[in-house]
Amino acid sequence: MSLVITGASLLGERTGDLYVDDAGRLVDEAPAGAETIDADGLVALPGLVDLHTHLREPGREDAETVLTGSQAAALGGYTAILAMANTSPVTDTAEAATRVWELGREAGLVHVQPVGAVTRGLGGEELAELGLMHRSRAGVTVFSDDGRCVHDARVMRRALEYVKAFGGVVSQHSQDPSLAGPTACCHEGELSGRLGLPGWPGIAEEVIVARDVMLARHTGSRVHVAHVSTAGSVEVLRWAKAQAKEDGHWDVTAEVTPHHLLLTTDLLSGYDPTFKVNPPLRPQEDVDALRAALADGTIDAVATDHAPHARHDKEHAFVDAAFGMVGLETALGVVRTALPDLSWSDVARVMSVTPARIAGLAEQGRPLAPGSPAHVVLVDPAASVTVDRDASASLSRNNPWHGRGLTSRVVHTVYAGRVTVRDGDLT
Amino acid sequence: MKHLLSIDDLSTDEIAQLFETAADMHDVQSREVKKLPALRGRTVVNMFFEDSTRTRSSFEIAGKWLSADVINVSAKGSSTSKGESLRDTVLTVCAMGVDGLVIRHPASGAALQVSEWVDASVVNAGDGMHEHPTQALLDAYTLQRHLGSLEGRHVAIIGDLTHSRVFRSNVQCLTKLGARVTVVAPPTLMPSGIGPWSAAAGFETSYDVDAVLPEADAVMMLRVQRERMSGAFFPSPREYTVGYGLTRNRLALLKPDVPICHPGPMNRGLEIAADAADAAQSVVLEQVSSGLAIRMAVLYHLLAGEEA
Repeated sequence: MSLVITGASLLGERTGDLYVDDAGRLVDEAPAGAETIDADGLVALPGLVDLHTHLREPGREDAETVLTGSQAAALGGYTAILAMANTSPVTDTAEAATRVWELGREAGLVHVQPVGAVTRGLGGEELAELGLMHRSRAGVTVFSDDGRCVHDARVMRRALEYVKAFGGVVSQHSQDPSLAGPTACCHEGELSGRLGLPGWPGIAEEVIVARDVMLARHTGSRVHVAHVSTAGSVEVLRWAKAQAKEDGHWDVTAEVTPHHLLLTTDLLSGYDPTFKVNPPLRPQEDVDALRAALADGTIDAVATDHAPHARHDKEHAFVDAAFGMVGLETALGVVRTALPDLSWSDVARVMSVTPARIAGLAEQGRPLAPGSPAHVVLVDPAASVTVDRDASASLSRNNPWHGRGLTSRVVHTVYAGRVTVRDGDLT
Repeated sequence: MKHLLSIDDLSTDEIAQLFETAADMHDVQSREVKKLPALRGRTVVNMFFEDSTRTRSSFEIAGKWLSADVINVSAKGSSTSKGESLRDTVLTVCAMGVDGLVIRHPASGAALQVSEWVDASVVNAGDGMHEHPTQALLDAYTLQRHLGSLEGRHVAIIGDLTHSRVFRSNVQCLTKLGARVTVVAPPTLMPSGIGPWSAAAGFETSYDVDAVLPEADAVMMLRVQRERMSGAFFPSPREYTVGYGLTRNRLALLKPDVPICHPGPMNRGLEIAADAADAAQSVVLEQVSSGLAIRMAVLYHLLAGEEA
């Protein structure tokens, strides 16, 4: 189905029309008999790419499936998502990766790119079959034990070395388990002291980030730091990026979640597990440093860490409740709200172009120009939306944004020339 | 007063009222027939998600002396291990028609969360490292009986502050009542952020027991768990005792008749020497009888209703 999108503001910079042919590519002339989308007043961006999504299938289909997660992603303006490996069974074989990839193709709403586990069963000891996952039809290039840190320096070193053979990257959940154990759930500071909640100090993240950038330099490999949450990590990254640029043979990239850009530790004072997330919400000083780092490129990308959970897994005492919050449908609005001065081309950079490059997705994050695949999101920049957790495509309701006002709204999403979201609804 | 979850929920007037009622209840304890009819027909459930002998029995006796029907539910490990959520566990119990739910849980914040789910009045009998409000009330009540008003009196709280709900409730209660509070612990057993917290809340911190003891009008020792050594909180029990224990020698630093409290169970020889625990000025056993009076007062105020 060919498509004509008229009057959109391309990256918020100039008004133009976009033409999509039957093959789902952008072309330079309007195809005959095309459906027309009037995009007057809307901003067009390349479809968003999420480096960090939890889809829960296989294993916890009551919390999310590849289909419902894809729907939530499309509603959020995404055309590609990376599905984390901590499912049951874990994505640590070519077969498991291929299965997730196939489920994504069947859903057909976004490109679902499996992330492979770094270690077998996320056990942190033996390498998973990284090469076989890469050679599979899923073509895995990003590896992560997310939810757990690859804390053994020897294992991390070997993983970084091994993935060099096929241009892979290790995405690290930076949490030194001896400084922030499994019960750590509140930023360590005055509030954790008052509330009597086990502290999760920023240093537990920073020592791993510091170690990993040195390992990446030593091995000449690529490390990606997942969900950076502290000002200290930003300082390390700033230094490391300058070094990597100078050296030229290694690389470090980093992502930040929308919630770490807007929500702060004090939300935990009522012990509401909706706000329990890993790494934990941090104080305003960290939030400010993360915003600045995203704007100046020290942090490369925004990644949702969309972590759906069944209601009963959040209805425990705070320490016992599951970590995580949903975020696919709200990510763009949160970024616009947290960083209202970020230009639309910078939004495209941190939410589409750079994440696509980090994940090695050649068809994603392309310029809105003839020849590119037609992955497009059209955003109403002036809209203000009050989030309703019950109006979500996700199966889960652990939504920290419920009742909050966010700036801008995803109106239409086009994935490979197909309209997946029209006027804010799934087609 | 619908629930008692935190000392923070109480005004000084409410604390004074509770103490007044507790004094009446205290008198009842010396009678031959101890039962009052105040809570006849009311049901109180003691729901304990972690082991406790003294607090559970204290609430049980307090409820029974007020003629409530008291049921103990040992819920230890019952929720998460069976896969049931805490919400389902408490809703199930409350569906049986419960007026008062006394809850002890190893997780901080559990009592507050439960109060948002159930219709019953909830009493926090200890939530993780967070609070133990009836303990703080009984401590302050006991000290008032010895010192009169606590206004301007200096209370030293010494021990494992990080892991102590007794400390967190006491520091609020005592400062509310006008006392000057100094908390003493090695740096590793001080809660994170205690600097800004103490500045905002108006209490003092120290690493030096010997400097604090001579100025104290009351001393409150906290239990130190030997298991804490595995977390590298301090090198050895011996070193803890030498640095922070209320030893026989330190007893001599105290002004005469300064009351010594301990919430129990005591680690004799670790944080408190037998000479201190059994000293004439020790109020440890009196704390137990005060505890009954305070818990009777709390149950009475929460459950007796307007007509009482």
